[in-house]
Amino acid sequence: MAETVLKVENLSASYRKNTVLYDVNFEVKAGSLTGIVGPNGAGKSTLIKTLLDLHPSLTGSVNFFGSSFKKVKKRIGYVPQRGSVDWDFPTNALDVVTMGLYGKIGWLKRPSRQHKEQAYEALKKMGMADYADRQISQLSGGQQQRVFLARALVQDADLYFMDEPLVGVDAQTELAIMTILKELKKSGKTVMVVHHDLQTVENYFDHVLLLNRTVIKHGTTEQVFTKENIAKTYGGNIRWIGEEKSHVVPSLEQ
Amino acid sequence: MWSLLLNSNTQWVLFSTMILGIAAGLIGCLSFWKRQSLLSDALAHAALPGVIIAFLLFGEKSLFVLIPGAALSALIGAAFIQWISSSTRISEDSAMGMILSIFYGLGIMLLTIANRTAGGNQSGLDTFIFGQAASMVKSDVITMLCLALIVIFIVFIAFKEWKIYLFDPQFAQGMGLSIKSMNGLYIAVLVTTIVIGIQAVGVILIAALLIIPPVSARYWTHSFKTMLLLSSLIGGISGAVGTTISALGSGWPTGPFIVIVAATLFVISLVFGKEKGLLIKYLSFRMHKKQIDVQHVNVHLRTRGMMK
Amino acid sequence: MTYTAWIILTASLVGLSCGLIGVFLILRKMAMMSDAISHTVLLGIVVAYMITREVSGTAMLIGAILAGLLTAFLVQWLHSLDIQQEASMGIVFTTLFAIGVILISTSVGNVHLDVQHALMGEITFIPWDTMSLPLIGEVPKATALLFAVFIVVLFFILIFYKEWKILSFDPALAAILGIPVLVMHYLFMGLVSITTVASFDAVGAIMVVAMLITPASSAYLWTDKLSFMLILSSLFGVISAVVGYYIAAWIDTSISGSMAFATGLIFLISFIFSPKHGMVAKYLRPPEAH
Repeated sequence: MAETVLKVENLSASYRKNTVLYDVNFEVKAGSLTGIVGPNGAGKSTLIKTLLDLHPSLTGSVNFFGSSFKKVKKRIGYVPQRGSVDWDFPTNALDVVTMGLYGKIGWLKRPSRQHKEQAYEALKKMGMADYADRQISQLSGGQQQRVFLARALVQDADLYFMDEPLVGVDAQTELAIMTILKELKKSGKTVMVVHHDLQTVENYFDHVLLLNRTVIKHGTTEQVFTKENIAKTYGGNIRWIGEEKSHVVPSLEQ
Repeated sequence: MWSLLLNSNTQWVLFSTMILGIAAGLIGCLSFWKRQSLLSDALAHAALPGVIIAFLLFGEKSLFVLIPGAALSALIGAAFIQWISSSTRISEDSAMGMILSIFYGLGIMLLTIANRTAGGNQSGLDTFIFGQAASMVKSDVITMLCLALIVIFIVFIAFKEWKIYLFDPQFAQGMGLSIKSMNGLYIAVLVTTIVIGIQAVGVILIAALLIIPPVSARYWTHSFKTMLLLSSLIGGISGAVGTTISALGSGWPTGPFIVIVAATLFVISLVFGKEKGLLIKYLSFRMHKKQIDVQHVNVHLRTRGMMK
Repeated sequence: MTYTAWIILTASLVGLSCGLIGVFLILRKMAMMSDAISHTVLLGIVVAYMITREVSGTAMLIGAILAGLLTAFLVQWLHSLDIQQEASMGIVFTTLFAIGVILISTSVGNVHLDVQHALMGEITFIPWDTMSLPLIGEVPKATALLFAVFIVVLFFILIFYKEWKILSFDPALAAILGIPVLVMHYLFMGLVSITTVASFDAVGAIMVVAMLITPASSAYLWTDKLSFMLILSSLFGVISAVVGYYIAAWIDTSISGSMAFATGLIFLISFIFSPKHGMVAKYLRPPEAH
C-alpha cells in the first residue's frame, strides 16, 4: 500500500459571505495522478489555494506527508493559472524557471551557474531550450505554460498541484505536458491537476476527484468517472452525445 | 459661533459646500462602480496648472475664469492617462501617478512664477491647494451652486441609464445606449465636480469627498438608488459640518475638516453599518461557523447511519 | 563644493533612491501607494515634531516609517474587508493627511512647521543647513540623510534582489517557496517611506511621486531586463534632477516642480521614441500578421 501524501479532513472555506467549500474529505496516495474535475464555480482553484495556505480555511485540517504544510513546504510544488501573473514582467524564460529554485538557493545567495544549468535542462525537457533568452511576453500561451511546467520541475517536489495547465494551450503543448506528468507519476511523484475537459479525463488521469463545493466522488478513474457521478457533479447541465461517456460535453461550460 | 453662522456670507458658503458635498457624493458613486476611485485624485491634481494658466492669462481669480482652465487641464490629464495605459504596457495606476505628479509639478512651477510676477493680486492662489471656503465671494458661490445643481440634475434625470451603464455596459450597448457618449458624460460630470470643489476643498483633498461617501453608503444598503441618496447625504453633511468647524478659527483650511467629518461618518458606517458592517459581520461569522460545525456533525451522523 | 554642486548632488541622490524603489512599485502595481504614503508621511513628521519638539532627522525618519507602515497596514486591512484597493487608499491617505494638516494649521498641535515647505520642498535652503562629518567635513544635513537612505535602499535591493523579483512576479509561488510575503511587503513599504521622507526636503510630498513612478515607467518602455531597468530608472532619476534644476534656474521658478516636470519630459521622449513600445515604432511597424 502506497504512502498517504495528503489527507484532508472536514475542510471548509468561504469567499466573502458564501461558503465555497464545505465538508471536504479525501486522501491521496503517493504515485497517483489525479484530475480535479467539476463545473465552474465548484471551488477547484479555491481547494488548491486553501490546501496551500494561500486562502484561509474556515474549518478542518490538512496533512501533508503526515505533517503540517509549513514543515514540508519544500516538498510541494505549485503551478498557478497562467493568467495569475503579469507576463509583461521584465524577465526571460530561463529566469522564470530559475525562480523555482529560490527556495533551495536560500537567502542572500545569488543563483549560481549550476542553478542556471539546472533551469536550462528543465526548459530543454519541455522543448523550450531555444526560448531560454526570450522575454516572457513574447511567448505564446502554450510556451508560457511550458515555462511554468519547467519551473515546477526544477522545484523537484514530491507532490504537485497544477491549476488548469491545459487551458488555452496548443495540442503539441498539451501532449508535452501530459508526457511530463506521466513521467513524474512513474518516478513516484504525486500530481493533482485541475482539469476542465471531460473528454480527456480517462486518458490522462488514473484518479479523479469530482468536486462541486464538496467532494462528490473520489477514487480511481474507472470506478468514479461514471455517467451517473458526472451528472451528479454537474447537476443537470450535461448534454450527452451518443452513449459513450467519452463524448460527454458539459453544455454550460464556456 | 452663532453670530458667525448668521453672517450672510457664511451662510452662502455653508450652503455651497453642502451642495458640493451632495454632488460629490453622487458622482463618487459613479466612480465607485466604475472602480476608478483614485482617478478623481489624479484629475484634481491635474487641474492645478489650468487654474494658474487661466489666472496668468486673465489676471483675475474669479471662478468664472478659473473653472474652464481647471477643467481643460484635468481633461487633458484624463486623456493622457487613457492614452498611456491603453497603448503601452504601463498600468493605469502608474499612468495616474505620473500624470498626477507631473501636472502638479507643472502647476507649482507656474504658481511660483505667478507669485513672483503678479504682485499682490495673486494672494489666495495658494488656497487652491488646501481650499479656503471662506475666501469665496458671492459670484464664486453662485457659479459653484449652478454647476453643482447641473451635475446633480444630470445624475437624476438619467438615473436608469447610469444604472445599466455602470452595471452592465455591454447590455446597455445592446439596448442602444452609446457607451462612448456615456463615458464622455461621466468624465464631464466628474471633472466639473472636481473643479468646483477645488476652491472649497483644495486639489489634494477633493478626492476624499468623492471616495469616502459612497464607500460609507455601501454599508447601509444594497440598492443603487438608496446608495446614491445616502452617499449624497453623507457628502452634504461632511461639507456643511466641516465648513462650520473651519469657520471657527481664523485661517483654518476647509478641506481637511470636511475630510475628517467624512472619515468619522465612514468609521461609524464601517462598524455599525447594517450591510457588512464589522459588528454584523462578526456576529454572522460566528453563526456561520456554528452552522458548518452542525452540518458537519449531521453529515457524520448520516454516513454512520448509512453504514450500519 | 559650490552651492550649485551641492544642490545637484542632493537632487541626484533623490533620483537614485526613487528610481530604484520606483521600479518595484510599478512592477508590483502599487504606484498609487507611493502617492498615499507620500501624503501620510506628513502626519508622521508632524507627530514626531510634537513629541520631540525639534526638527531632527532621526525623529522624522522614525515618524515617517511608522506613518508609512500604518498607511500600508490600514489599506491592507480595509481591502481585506472587501473595500476596493483604490478606494481603501483614497480613504486612508486623505484622512491621515487631513489630520496632519489640521495639526499644523490650527493651534491644536502647536506645530510651527511650514506645510507649504513640506509639500513643495525647498531645495534652495539645503546647502545652508550643514553638519560636520568626520573625514568629509561640512556637509548639508539633507544631503547626508539622503546619502544614508540611498545606501540603505541599495543594500536591501541588492541582498534581497531575487526575493523582490519573485515577490513582484508571482507572490503565490514566493509564499510556497517559504518567503515571508507579508514581512517583505512591510519592509518594502518601510523603504518607500524612508525614501519619501528623505526626499521631502528636496522635492516635497507630491513631486516625490513623480520621481518614484515616472523614471521607472520610462525605463519600463526601454528594456525587458529587470537589472537593466533598475539602472536605467535611477539614471533617468538623476537626469531629471539635473535637467529640472537647470530649467528652474533658467526661468526662475520652483526647483521641485521643474524636476517633476523633467521626469515628464523624459517619459514623453520614451513614450514617443522607445524602439519597442514607442509611438513612432508602433506607427512604423507593419501590423502584425495573424
